[in-house]
Amino acid sequence: MPVNDGPVVAQIHDGSVAIGGRPILRGIDLSVRRGEVVALLGANGSGKSTLVRSLMGLVPLSRGEVALFGTPLSQFRAWRRIGFVPQRVSATSGVPASVWEVVASGRLSRRPFLRPLRKADKAAVRNAIVAVGLTERAHDGCSTLSGGQQQRALIARALAGEPELFVLDEPTAGVDLQSQQAFADALAGLVAQGATIILVAHELGPMAALVDRTLVMRDGRIAYDGPPVASIEELEHGWADHGHHHPELQARYSDHAPTVASPIDAPPREQRP
Amino acid sequence: MSVLNYDFVVLALVAALFTGLAAPAVGTYLVQRRLALMGDGIGHIAVTGIALGLLTGTSPTLTAVIVATLGAILIEVIREQGRTNGDVALALLFYGGIAGGVLLIGLGGQSASTLNSYLFGSILSLSAVDVWTTVVLAVVVVVVAVGFSPQLFAVAQDQEFAKVAGLNVRFYNILVAVMAAVTVTIAMRTVGLLLVSALMVVPVATSQQLTRGFRSTLVTAMGLGTLASLGGVLVSAYVDVAPGATTVLIALAGFALAWPLGVMVRRRQRMQAPFAITPDGAYEGEHTVVPEEHAHEHGEDCGHLAVPHGDHVDYVHDGHRHAPHGSHYDEH
Repeated sequence: MPVNDGPVVAQIHDGSVAIGGRPILRGIDLSVRRGEVVALLGANGSGKSTLVRSLMGLVPLSRGEVALFGTPLSQFRAWRRIGFVPQRVSATSGVPASVWEVVASGRLSRRPFLRPLRKADKAAVRNAIVAVGLTERAHDGCSTLSGGQQQRALIARALAGEPELFVLDEPTAGVDLQSQQAFADALAGLVAQGATIILVAHELGPMAALVDRTLVMRDGRIAYDGPPVASIEELEHGWADHGHHHPELQARYSDHAPTVASPIDAPPREQRP
Repeated sequence: MSVLNYDFVVLALVAALFTGLAAPAVGTYLVQRRLALMGDGIGHIAVTGIALGLLTGTSPTLTAVIVATLGAILIEVIREQGRTNGDVALALLFYGGIAGGVLLIGLGGQSASTLNSYLFGSILSLSAVDVWTTVVLAVVVVVVAVGFSPQLFAVAQDQEFAKVAGLNVRFYNILVAVMAAVTVTIAMRTVGLLLVSALMVVPVATSQQLTRGFRSTLVTAMGLGTLASLGGVLVSAYVDVAPGATTVLIALAGFALAWPLGVMVRRRQRMQAPFAITPDGAYEGEHTVVPEEHAHEHGEDCGHLAVPHGDHVDYVHDGHRHAPHGSHYDEH
């Protein structure tokens, strides 16, 4: 793994999250430095989405602290440095909205109040739409797009803000392979410009080539933090070929069902040899 | 026109003009968040406000604005805090509002017809002060709804994204709720509390049959709302029925006209959308040559649907796609 000693752009220290009194994340320590492309893998319910949502301030921490670009979250105001692609199924709402309009809402954090779009704003929106390959659909309603195209529109919305840190929550869930490739290409362009990327995914697919650090979440904790692995399965079955094994990972009781354990870890139910 | 000689008709038309602009402007954001019935919920709450005003002898408009605003904020808070879905929050206040109103009216010994003029609108009951209050409040609502449209659009479209973009989501949510409450109270004299929600929602439903973007939907809905509301008051002045009924029926007639038109336009667009080109440039499926004696010559006026496909045009022909190729047609 290449040593990265750039400034820390996103950090969570001793982070715990409880939702409705039930611990979802426990004892998370994570620092992401500038230029890193971090993939966050894990089974359903392992807490990977909650982790990025707590980084974005969407879920309050019950313990610990988050800092973005070196500023504690509670004092952080420079939201234009962040581009967020939330996990969701569609880009539509109750009223039609064109791709252009949805993408243009990504410029809000950079626009002065009550002022129309300036030339630079329009150029950024146009470039973002070009980057995800939706130029010809720019003035069509979002509801006429396919699922993969809608997801690309949401990515363009984050691109339009020209952020330094991208946070994407399952951007390619339910997206066909062709769109995944188009999306991976758009991300590659960002990486080349020095952007930092935190990516939550179930399967990396065509994005695997970009990733230079992988985190695996299990049961609300970070179970693995290191060089890329292709999939969780590979890691859990000890196929990761990076020179050494992780016996502590293989020995750990692994449960794919979305459970949340008690705050005090119970001993594994099945002792493995 | 003879009815325009009556001052009260002119006053009602002025009120209708501004109400017709403001109601769909707020309604667009409500429909966007899939809270189309919020106007109804607030209207029911305002009944309590009216009853309170009549009971205490203060201005019913003033008490209605206050009670409706508090109710609208309460709906937002229940929605945000209670993990209750918006529908349930609405229902709770819906019933509470109307029950409270009926109770207070009963206690005050008011007749049902007094309440009726607020429930279904009455152009006879408008005073000049009412109309000027309506105009001022409606202008404020329209300026906020249009001026803050980028922010309000982003919040209604995707709350999480808006929050990470640094917007104060709660502030904008409450702003929309308060605007809805103000609109309900200014519209109650011309459309009535029970029907005001229709003026907020129906023009939006009509305009989105034919528009593709948010801004065009907003502007068209405001235009349609104004037409319905002016038309409703005029008809009501001639035939002496509650203006709420005529306004809403005109708005619904607009929807009945636009709906089949919208279905047709969308169907046409779908059929004329270009066929996809496969990534390697080859055309999908068998490259079947249609027999040379293909009786029909495809062209601009052949009556078959022409759909762009890459660098040429396919003609849709009884479920087949024929592409002209030299002297014959290929099956695509």
